[in-house]
Formats: sequence, C-alpha cells, structure tokens
Amino acid sequence: MSWLTNVVLPKIRAVVSAKREVPDNLWTKCPACGQMLFHRELEANLNVCHACGHHMRIDAKKRMAVLFDKGEYARIELPKPVVDPLKFRDSKRYVDRLKEAQAQHGPNRDAILVAHGKIGGNDAVVAVFEFGFMAGSMGIAVGEAIVAAARLAVLQSAALVIVPSSGGARMQEGILSLMQMPRTTIAVEEVKEAGLPYFVLLTDPTTGGVTASFAMLGDIQISEPGAVIGFAGARVIEETIREKLPEGFQRAEYLLDHGMVDMVVRRHDLGETIGRLIGLLRKPVLEAPKKRA
Amino acid sequence: MQNFLEFERPIAELESKIEELRHLPTAPDINITDEVAILEAKASRLLKQTYAKLTAWQKVQVARHPNRPHFLDYAEALFTEFTPLAGDRSFAEDRAIVGGLARFRGRSVVVMGTEKGSEVESRVRHNFGMARPEGYRKAIRLFEMAERFRLPVITLVDTAGAWPGIDAEARGQAEAIARSIEASLKLTVPLVATIIGEGGSGGAVALATGNSVLMLEHSIYSVISPEGCASILWRSGDQAAVAAEALRLTAQDLLKLGVIDRIVPEPVGGAHRERAAAIAVLGDALQETLKPLLDMTPADLKLQRRQKFLAMGAHGL
Ligand SMILES: [Zn+2]
Repeated sequence: MSWLTNVVLPKIRAVVSAKREVPDNLWTKCPACGQMLFHRELEANLNVCHACGHHMRIDAKKRMAVLFDKGEYARIELPKPVVDPLKFRDSKRYVDRLKEAQAQHGPNRDAILVAHGKIGGNDAVVAVFEFGFMAGSMGIAVGEAIVAAARLAVLQSAALVIVPSSGGARMQEGILSLMQMPRTTIAVEEVKEAGLPYFVLLTDPTTGGVTASFAMLGDIQISEPGAVIGFAGARVIEETIREKLPEGFQRAEYLLDHGMVDMVVRRHDLGETIGRLIGLLRKPVLEAPKKRA
Repeated sequence: MQNFLEFERPIAELESKIEELRHLPTAPDINITDEVAILEAKASRLLKQTYAKLTAWQKVQVARHPNRPHFLDYAEALFTEFTPLAGDRSFAEDRAIVGGLARFRGRSVVVMGTEKGSEVESRVRHNFGMARPEGYRKAIRLFEMAERFRLPVITLVDTAGAWPGIDAEARGQAEAIARSIEASLKLTVPLVATIIGEGGSGGAVALATGNSVLMLEHSIYSVISPEGCASILWRSGDQAAVAAEALRLTAQDLLKLGVIDRIVPEPVGGAHRERAAAIAVLGDALQETLKPLLDMTPADLKLQRRQKFLAMGAHGL
C-alpha cells in the first residue's frame, strides 16, 4: 500500500494536482552509491537508498506524509500575492517561468505548501518548500505563506515546523525577495512570542537568504543526513578563496560539529523525534495513568 | 576486578582472599562457608570504617574514581525521553557538556551536565569533561529554552574545570562562563544543581548556581584543584593532600559554610561500588528538592536564588 493513499483529502485546498503515475517496473539509480533501486521499494523506504542510506530529495506532499501522524494532514489555501512586481525578464519573462512551473506543479502554486495536523499526537502547522518549483526560491508568495503558517500556528496554539529546501532568494523579484528575510523572521518571532515552539527541519539543499533568516532561528534545529546547508554556494567559495573545500563541507554532519543544528535525524525517525520534542515542550506534566477501579 | 584506590588496599586484600576461598575445591574437613562469612563481615566493617572517616585527599580520589557514575549514567537511569540537543549556534558542538530535554518522573525538564567519558574513546570525545566556550554557550541556550518553556532545570556537575587552552581563551572562555552564570541566575524556573564528582572551579559554578545545590557525599567542590593550589601556594605539587585539607572542599565542610544545601549519601564504599544504588538515591533526592521549588512563583525563585548566593560568606566554619 502506498503511503500516499493514506493522505486524507485536504479539507481546504487551492490546487488539485494530478497524481503522477509511476510505472511499477521503474528503477532508480542512487546518486550517491550507484546502486539500482526498485522504485516501489525505494518509495516504501521513504526515498532513502537501501544500500548506502542516502536521503534523496522528496517533494512537498511526500514530506508532509512523512511528518504527520499516519500521513494525515489538511492543506490550507495560501494568500495570492502580487505577481511579477518588477515586470522582470532575463532571457525569458518571469511570468512565463512561473507559468511553466505552475504547469508542472499546479495552478496558483509556488515553492511552498502549508498544512496542519498532528505530529506525535500534538497539533502542528507544517510549511514545506518545494525544491522542484524554481529551486525552492523564496519570493513574496513564499514569504506570505510563511507568515500565514505562523499566524495559523498562533491561532491554533500549535507548534510550527518549517522544512526549507531552497536555492535562496528569487532573483526575479529583486529587492522584494530580499525583504522576505526580515518578513519571515517576524513571522517566526510571532510564534515564539506566543510561547509556541518553532522547529526547523533542514533538508537538501538549504542555502542563501533562506538559511540566513527563518531557517536558522528554530528553537530546535534538525537536519536530514547528508543535506547541504550553507549560506554561500560551494562553487562561489571555491572560486573566491581559490582553495579546495574540505570533505563534507556544508553537509548536515558538518553543521552538527559546528554547533548549528541540534541533531541529524534519519527520515524514518523524523515524525517520532519531532513529536517527542513537541510533547516535552508543550506537555510538561504527563497525566497520571488512570488507576483501575 | 574492582579498581582499588591506594587507601583501599586492606579492603582489597581481604576481598581477594574471600574470592580465593570461594574458588577452593570443597573439602569435607574445612568449613569454607563459615570462614568466608567471617571475612566478609570483617571486610564490610573495614569498608564502613574507612569510608566513615575519609580525609579530604581521599575524597578527592574517590570523586575522581574512574568507575564512579558519570553524567550520562544518571541521565539514562533517572530520565525518560532524554533527547540531547547540540551546538552553540556559532562555532561548535562541545561534547564536554551534554544536555537537552527529558522527563524526570513524568515532568519535562532541561537536564545538562559535564560528562567525563568512561573509556579512551568517549573520554576523548567528551574532552575529559573539560568544556570550551561553546559548551557554556550551549548551556546558556538551554537555560534560555528552559525559561521560555517554563521547564525546571537539573544540572549534574563533574568536571576538573573548564578547558585550559589557547583555542578556548581566543574564543572567550571567561566571557562564556560569565554569561552562563548570568543566564542561570536570571532564571525564573527552578534550578537544582548537583556536584556528582568533581566541582572544578569556574567551569563548575557556570552550571551550579541552583536554588538548591546538592553534593554527593564523597564529591568535591573547589576554587582550584588541590594539585594546582599546592603548586602555587606551597610551590610543590607534592603538598596536594595538605592543600586538599586546607581548601575545605568536601561536601561536609561546604554544607557548614552554607555553599551547598544538601548532602546526598553514597552507598558504603562510595558511588563507584554500587552505581545503581547511588544513582537511585540521587533520583529521590532530586525529586524531594524539586517539589517545594515547583510551588514557588517565578519572581520568588529568582529572588531566593539571588539571596542565597548573596548571603554566602556571612559566617565561616
Ligand atoms: Zn545509495
């Protein structure tokens, strides 16, 4: 049984996206160890290589299903911000790039989804970046979605979990994308000020302005194994300092050693770990087990 | 095989004799059982007598005993859902200080302490329990988390002191310790600190400004190691035993001085002899200590802590 079949139909939804059919006989090559993996088994193992444990990227809906109890969650409709405020074009018009991405991901979509549900029995609002949508870049729509997720968490008195995977700011929105750094910071501060816990789950890759704002401000910082996390891109650094970068540079484990994350957690254990931590922070006293009469 | 300290030699000799007798082939004409019982009673009497009047220098050795339970032994036995959190968010994860969220008898707490490690590999990983600035900055982060989510804090201290190194100085070892003291004194949630082995100087007090400070019966707490003190004031490391006596670093003296609030008894022969029992006794003492603190208001908790430390030194021994 596919883990996706367990997902309840969103109570509120902005988009109806067609489920992509994958033929059962498909094989995927692990980009880390080269092992050929049977698609169905890979999917059942949450897209983690059986041979080497490499965590492959997964899309936002699969991520939601991994995190929420029994894969059940309800997506919320996201605000519809101004489109292409700078009338930007490079080799192509920005509006056309957006249309292409939406043709692939669904109308009105941008690089993030927000849903609410239970994690470990605790109320949680989860915002997940869609790396496949313009490299998960953060523009006004993503910023607005994070503000909406934070406000929903406060409204529901729920924990907020943000799962970035992003190349950074959306250049096509210029300075307005840069302004999402302070805007998202305000959003997560609202959650903290309400006394609610804010979790960041860093996934591959999280870079640039996303890392340098809300993604480094969690009460608890968790990362998936092997995820690339950093500010400047490895190539930019290499070209600037003209030195070869050390093995494992900007990987999750490197960040752990350098004090930036609390823990590196396997995908299979994420729901349990986050659920336990929310419980520890939000249920300070366990109800005494009822005595039998 | 037990790891015997020098002053435990007579006990060790008796115990090895008992072992020998036990492994003797049974002969009908000698009653080994009786003989063993007599020797056992003698050994147990000797152990009790020895540990009832340990000198300060002997306590230093007991406090440093390699088999003594360490932070992680207590963390695993006394807490559930223990989830260590890592990193100072600016430079490194310092494993000399271990801490995170856990439940203590059903209640969420922040628990942290210095961990010395138990064999070569883990000793190196935990830097022998000597923290760098990053360890104290992680502690500050955890103090702040406790305050934010209104969780009591339990600290267990066992360190020879903060790491004396060029790297630590360059990154502000003193500042980090100072901030840790400041952050812990600002808390409006209960803080219970226990010296479980060595309480070495600033590296220890950074985690030990509790509303209540406990000490295990044979642990030590001092401004400087006896060896360090001897080499500075006596100009000879050989005088460590004399310095240990002079420093008044035992739990018994510190209780009289009002520096600590409670002595937690250890099993006869020290915590290293009966680890599980020693750990369990501390668990009960922590619960008893925490209970009245949970009924205090946030403002009173901070005030009580401040007043307690301000009152120190009003009287001598
Ligand atoms: Zn692989």
